[in-house]
Amino acid sequence: MPSISREEVAHLAHLARLDLAPDELDHLAGQLDQILGAVAQVTEVAADDIPPTSHALPLTNVFRADEPRPCLPAEAVLAAAPAAEDGRFRVPQILGEEG
Amino acid sequence: MTVTTALPSFDEAIATYEPVMGMEVHVELGTATKMFCGCSTEFGGEPNSQVCPVCLGLPGSLPVVNRTAVESAIRIGLALNCSIAEWCRFARKNYFYPDMPKNFQTSQYDEPIAFDGWLDVTADGETYRIEIERAHMEEDTGKSLHVGGATGRIHGASHSLLDYNRSGIPLIEIVTKPIYVPREVAPAVAKAYVTELRELIRALGVSEARMELGQLRCDANVSLRLPGDPLGTRTETKNVNSLRSVERAVTHEIRRQAAVLSSGGTIIQETRHWHEDTGETTAGRVKEEAEDYRYFPEPDLVPMAPSREWVDGLRGTLPEPPAARRARLQADWGFTDLEMRDVVNAGAVALVAATVDAGASAGGAKKWWLGEVARVANERGVALEDAGISAADVARVEELIAAGSLNDKLARQVVEGVLAGEGTPDEVVAARGLVLVNDDAALGAAVDDAIAAQPDVAEKIRGGNLGAVGALIGAIMKTTKGQADAKRARELILERLQS
Repeated sequence: MPSISREEVAHLAHLARLDLAPDELDHLAGQLDQILGAVAQVTEVAADDIPPTSHALPLTNVFRADEPRPCLPAEAVLAAAPAAEDGRFRVPQILGEEG
Repeated sequence: MTVTTALPSFDEAIATYEPVMGMEVHVELGTATKMFCGCSTEFGGEPNSQVCPVCLGLPGSLPVVNRTAVESAIRIGLALNCSIAEWCRFARKNYFYPDMPKNFQTSQYDEPIAFDGWLDVTADGETYRIEIERAHMEEDTGKSLHVGGATGRIHGASHSLLDYNRSGIPLIEIVTKPIYVPREVAPAVAKAYVTELRELIRALGVSEARMELGQLRCDANVSLRLPGDPLGTRTETKNVNSLRSVERAVTHEIRRQAAVLSSGGTIIQETRHWHEDTGETTAGRVKEEAEDYRYFPEPDLVPMAPSREWVDGLRGTLPEPPAARRARLQADWGFTDLEMRDVVNAGAVALVAATVDAGASAGGAKKWWLGEVARVANERGVALEDAGISAADVARVEELIAAGSLNDKLARQVVEGVLAGEGTPDEVVAARGLVLVNDDAALGAAVDDAIAAQPDVAEKIRGGNLGAVGALIGAIMKTTKGQADAKRARELILERLQS
């Protein structure tokens, strides 16, 4: 029994605005299922005496200097938007009528 | 919509209920770049011209924390007498709203970088200690433009447009513990707190903290209770973007809640929006529904563990606390408590100090900033520093007065000209021809005319009635359009009528 279905992967792809071909969906659904299965093993061994961790690397204090770096050209930025207007990202209505 | 009934007055509201407040202030840091990427934070760029894969949340991008932003956060924490975390993390605050392209805001949750501090503030001559719960780091959101509805409101809009230039700019959110102060001073204490915090932020040099530009934003939590009762349900009033609004919004919310409670109603835990124009708040979203942000530790950022050496080093960079600085300046300037309070309330301490540094007397500097400049700034709805005159300009006007080239009336016109964008004080003097007439030839003719026109007044003066001189000087001022040197005019009148 797979832990993630092809339909769920298609739905996630839609939310992430990824346009996946049917063969890509088959391929990724299989891969994701394996990954989730591997991660699920962790829950079997995690005991109360093992502290939860949020990061794989034993690092702290990774900072950068406050120095400007080039930004993306505005055309490139908006080229990735589903819709644009006046140099801005256009999104559908957020709230309905007052009520 | 609830039907608006007449609200009780503030005094009536607090006669029954005890207000408890909590303040949340967001400060936009003045770093050159964003919190997690190298995009410029400069204000006013073309929409979406200051974005990159990190602040757009594109797949595969990795954020890296801005060291200067961390230092600013620690310095703010230290200045607020907070403890600085030895170890803390960022967290994802998940929500579905397009102002963050990532679908989450990178913030701090249960591990703020600074916590448990205090700030003393003064209201109506009394000092109150405001306890600080925490100061944490997060990032600002993008700006939304709602199209197709009434006056740009989100309700009824057909769609919205997003500019992400602001998304990712470092913010520090400073949260107080519940504020319990004598009820009658509650709104004044709220204002005093934000005022003092703004001074502190400016003194630290971490932000210009200009409320009208959204660099310092205030949310006011207010609840009411009967004395001895547990805390009542609170509302969070947003969009309180001037010092005056802080006091007004808290006052209004106390009156509104008192009206609801005394008519047997209950307060709903919700966000409310402050409207500067009407002086009222209206309901926003219901807070409980929006509460589930599914916070979890940010996996793309490693924890921060500020060493004690680093923290101590930053402690050494703290400025003189604003309260101590004010006491020192007040002594230097020779101002009374009341005079100093006026300067502080006007937000003019730094401007008066700069004007005095530029050579003006403290009294002269105060007179212009709190007088003519404040009047024009109020009219235009801008901050004093944006009225269009610099400390150096004000000092120059004072210098021209001291040198006898301007009288008070002319100086007022010079300041008016500078504020109208006509140039420096000297340029305005030249362009408007504002020169004090004190050479005896020009002034003498005006004096002779005035005496000839009012022989009865001249007769009184000849008879020793010096009080009548004023009438002649008034006439001279009229013919010279206010440019006569009144002192010299008086001398000339007396020379002619008493010799």
